[in-house]
Amino acid sequence: MPVNDLLLALVVITALCFDFTNGFHDTGNAMATSIATGALPPRVAVGLSGVLNLVGAFLSLAVAATIASGLVDTGVVTLQVVAAGLAGGITWNLLTWYFGIPSSSSHALIGGVIGATLAAAGGHAVQWHDLVSKVIIPAGVSPIIAALVAGTGTWVLYRISRNMTERARGHGFRIGQIGSASMVSLAHGTNDAQKTMGVITLALIVNKSIPSNATTPFWVVLTCGLAISLGTYLGGWRVIRTLGKGLVEIEAPQGMAAESASAAVILLSSSFGYSLSTTHVATGSIIGTGLGKKGAEVRWNVAGRMATAWLFTLPCAAVVGAGAEFLAKAIHGSPGVIVVLVILAAISGTIYWRSRKNKVDHNNVNDDWTGSAAPAEPEPAAAA
Amino acid sequence: MSAWINFSALWKILVFGLLAGAGLPALFAIGMVALSKGPKARAAAAGGDSDVVVGGNPVGLVAAAFCFLVVLAAIGWGIYEIYQIGHPAPK
Repeated sequence: MPVNDLLLALVVITALCFDFTNGFHDTGNAMATSIATGALPPRVAVGLSGVLNLVGAFLSLAVAATIASGLVDTGVVTLQVVAAGLAGGITWNLLTWYFGIPSSSSHALIGGVIGATLAAAGGHAVQWHDLVSKVIIPAGVSPIIAALVAGTGTWVLYRISRNMTERARGHGFRIGQIGSASMVSLAHGTNDAQKTMGVITLALIVNKSIPSNATTPFWVVLTCGLAISLGTYLGGWRVIRTLGKGLVEIEAPQGMAAESASAAVILLSSSFGYSLSTTHVATGSIIGTGLGKKGAEVRWNVAGRMATAWLFTLPCAAVVGAGAEFLAKAIHGSPGVIVVLVILAAISGTIYWRSRKNKVDHNNVNDDWTGSAAPAEPEPAAAA
Repeated sequence: MSAWINFSALWKILVFGLLAGAGLPALFAIGMVALSKGPKARAAAAGGDSDVVVGGNPVGLVAAAFCFLVVLAAIGWGIYEIYQIGHPAPK
């Protein structure tokens, strides 16, 4: 059926776009602290992270299929629902990126899919218990665990190295930081690329292109890995700035403690089948590292703004996903999906265009924190 | 309650998280301190704030190498475990 194949192709492309925004939203999780302490030059950091995300995507496929199918009744899911859900996820990811807020891409995706499912089939199609126990509670718990580990690590690192000279210590820990940040990138590729793989696999199953018990096809793994890796390389400089400069002023030992804690918690939880958001973990770690060092200051107003955004991520992405589904339903059939995707492209383009006006990139990512994602405009005279 | 919160996974994540996420960096730090023992770093430190880490004490060097190797081995083992879980052997 050529119409269905066209739809499928559109949905797969949209899913890969989501994966791309996921990569670029989350570069900061791995690399913000290394960029902030100067362990790696910004562009080297995002390049390394991109490559490791690609490697990570191939490392494990354990949870690829569970992301959407465990939370909604797959019987009611259609390509249209998947497209509407992705629209919700992408819109929320781009909006939070614009404001430099490290919100969870996983929550955006899950929220979008749930909203679209609700609009398509009603409340009975959503596994509410699983939603609470597998998504909402872990979102509250994981930053606390990460903060505990990172805080302990920070305290221990400063304690052990207290007799070294300041510069020698910074030098040594910056090297360690590169290693631990690399592990976070690897973990991110393993954890997050699978979510898009799961969505594409779901779309393929819905379209009966592959049987329902099939494993993720290789081309899906490859394209998802490439999309997340490219997104990571382009770097969400706005989010990197918030994480590296906004929350806590970070020194090398803190950076290493934060990245080690993030890597350990993400990898452990995915191996114990406890899915959580890399963003929540990374943010918790960075806050923990501020708590673990005497005299370090955590900017709680920035942390509070993030936490608020986290609370809104699921419902907001769900509202957009539901709206997209209602619209597609009202227009009916494939034209409906195409209209939704055209609107999505227009919204994305607008946000990107707006972001160019106060750009954050590798040049100004480390400027002093002045309370907003984009550094203050340099005076025209100074810029000249 | 435990139907809502997966305690068995959580405590494992916390304990192993502390071991791997705080213990390994601590071992790295011990290695670094061991590495910095010795005449060279002392001389460099005496001459002001220096970023020289390698101190030149052979015992320190061996201890440091041991610490770094354990850290690398633990990371390698961790990656291998994850690969194993992600690619179950065909039954």
